[in-house]
Amino acid sequence: MTDILLTNARLIDPQAGTEFEGGLVTSNGKIKEVFTSGGKESDDAFRMRNPAATHVDCGGNYLAPGIVDIGVKVCEPGERHKESFRTAGRAAAAGGVTTIVTRPDTIPSIDTPETLEFAKQRGMDIAPLNIAPMAALTKERAGREMVEMGFLRDAGAVAFTDGDNVVANTKVLIRAMTYAKSLDALVMGHPQEPVLSQGAAVTSGKFASLRGLPAVSPMAERLGLERDLTLVEMTGVRYHADQLSTSLSLPALEKAKANGLDVTAGVSIHHLTLNELDVGDYRTFFKVKPPLRSEDDRLAMVEAVATGLIDVICSMHTPQDEESKRLPFEEAASGAVGLETLLPAALRLFHSGHLSLPALFRAMSYNPAQRLRLPSGRLEKSAPADLVLFDPNAPFVLDRFALHSKSKNTPFDGQRLQGRVLKTFVAGVEVFSK
Amino acid sequence: MTFRAKHLLGIEHLGPDEIVTLLDLADQYVDLNRRDVKHSEVLAGLTQINMFFENSTRTQASFELAGKRLGADVMNMAMQASSVKKGETLIDTALTLNAMHPDLLVVRHPHSGAVNLLAEKVNCAVLNAGDGRHEHPTQALLDALTIRRAKGRLHRLNVAICGDIAHSRVARSNILLLGKMENRIRLIGPTTLMPSQIGEFGVEVFDDMREGLKDVDVVMMLRLQRERMDGGFIPSEREYYHRYGLDPEKLSHAKPDAIVMHPGPMNRGVEIDGTLADDINRSVIQEQVEMGVAVRMAAMELLVSARRTQPEGVMV
Repeated sequence: MTDILLTNARLIDPQAGTEFEGGLVTSNGKIKEVFTSGGKESDDAFRMRNPAATHVDCGGNYLAPGIVDIGVKVCEPGERHKESFRTAGRAAAAGGVTTIVTRPDTIPSIDTPETLEFAKQRGMDIAPLNIAPMAALTKERAGREMVEMGFLRDAGAVAFTDGDNVVANTKVLIRAMTYAKSLDALVMGHPQEPVLSQGAAVTSGKFASLRGLPAVSPMAERLGLERDLTLVEMTGVRYHADQLSTSLSLPALEKAKANGLDVTAGVSIHHLTLNELDVGDYRTFFKVKPPLRSEDDRLAMVEAVATGLIDVICSMHTPQDEESKRLPFEEAASGAVGLETLLPAALRLFHSGHLSLPALFRAMSYNPAQRLRLPSGRLEKSAPADLVLFDPNAPFVLDRFALHSKSKNTPFDGQRLQGRVLKTFVAGVEVFSK
Repeated sequence: MTFRAKHLLGIEHLGPDEIVTLLDLADQYVDLNRRDVKHSEVLAGLTQINMFFENSTRTQASFELAGKRLGADVMNMAMQASSVKKGETLIDTALTLNAMHPDLLVVRHPHSGAVNLLAEKVNCAVLNAGDGRHEHPTQALLDALTIRRAKGRLHRLNVAICGDIAHSRVARSNILLLGKMENRIRLIGPTTLMPSQIGEFGVEVFDDMREGLKDVDVVMMLRLQRERMDGGFIPSEREYYHRYGLDPEKLSHAKPDAIVMHPGPMNRGVEIDGTLADDINRSVIQEQVEMGVAVRMAAMELLVSARRTQPEGVMV
């Protein structure tokens, strides 16, 4: 493995919350040294000290720790026609994502050490990036019996979740959380009152009433979150809420954090950049779970990321084939692909002045890695050389058929975006170059 | 003549001028329909297909009669018994029919937005005969024509829409149409049957019939849509009738010449007193049915002629 020397870059250090001009050099898949331009040593001197390294002039573009995306659905096993590790890997690399944290809501569910090992091995064989698999919390994600959490943890499960199959039986959930606590495992919840949200396609309100679509109140999310947080208080488990999407949920989260519970929360990029009105005339690519919210909610979520109340931004990458989206809105499948559009969409928040680049990468790289106890997400000596080089200003119009994902269900089709990935490195190896 | 619409998917996209144009033409068809020989050749040689993915007797018969009186070749497809049962998607069904070159497609579907989806895939004019809880534009238009003929105008009226608003596409289309024509709209019903944030549609909301009906010109009753309810919206039908069923006493709070309407089919003794429904001095329910045929004739003629004059035009 050759070392790589990256110079003439603007480095983003999400841990310190800073940006600076400089470069870095990698060695054996790790960052060997980071240097700042104008420091005690000149760029040339730095180059001279690393003569064997392949030199990449970054041309003044931004270099940041690669994205760690919590909650990616790869569709293997079971629905390889929608997405495979190969295509998801390509999409991730093209999107600057260096670690995909996979969801267990496959067919069958990832609920045994054997299926977890299969998925992880397949991923590592054909996808040129880090695979961090999550396992189901209960067998078949059915909410009845907990999985073999100890075996699964030993096999490499980084978290346990039933995804959007909310565990309705509180007794089962308490036991699973108590057991997870004894293993120091992370439980990821989907805060939602399951009966209220059943069959809902949009958020209740004026738009839902006008369109006549089955709707759910955003209160259902708060109800679900408050229940989960109460159980976290009871059991002491480490807990991450996969996606919060409404301002109604934030006070409960804030209080739980203030009370010292080991709690974090995520938000999907779609809930940060789109609102319920984007559904327009029943456009099914905008049908996601939880449904898109009001503009006020969107802005509240952006603000919560800025203050750090919400820790993680994720893509909630959910591939759906054309057939499952070319249906009346109520019948159409939920979900959107996001691996490749996560960064350009997130840059909308930078260009609009809502979030700085270090704040964005704190939520996309540093925090998720920390939460899952992964070594990546940092720009410092001996951290993995998982890096993304990007130009935040390059404009383009997204063509969904140009995406690397096998499924093309992006809500950003035809939209103007700003910011392109130029190169992605995983463990010091270039896996994508524009 | 002002009519730009390419399809009739809802009232939402119609302008007040288009509504007036359509009602004026429908008035002429009311006259035609009252003659011994009720026939025109306006749609002669054209093909109309009625696709009903949901049960309907009245609306389907009305559309069928409207097409036949205008000389169109009309075909009814009972979609529940067809290839839909074999797993064909809505879009494939639409493309299949489209290949048979129809000129007018009349579609009813249990899901909101399904008719919009279908209209994107075909080359002919599509009429929405009701989609989920979204819109039922020809019902709102026939209601408007009935009101205009009974009251002599279609503006500055106090109109009460009563009952199961939440599950009603008729209510949505009527709220949009009556609002566009500058009427005052009141919605009356139990809070459990009101859509969320309905107050933002420029309507007044009441949960008491007597209060809500005070001094209104028009009382529109809605059918309690038991088949769309997934449980527990009202305690019982008898309590519903007691509090929200229209009877002579509750009606006495409206203006003395207020008219009573109902889109049918009625649940007598649930939302409306049977005798009141038959009272020819107050009820215009039979007129509504009559206006339905005329309004549908007018809608189909206008859609066809808009397409003839602007075959490639940018129309909504």
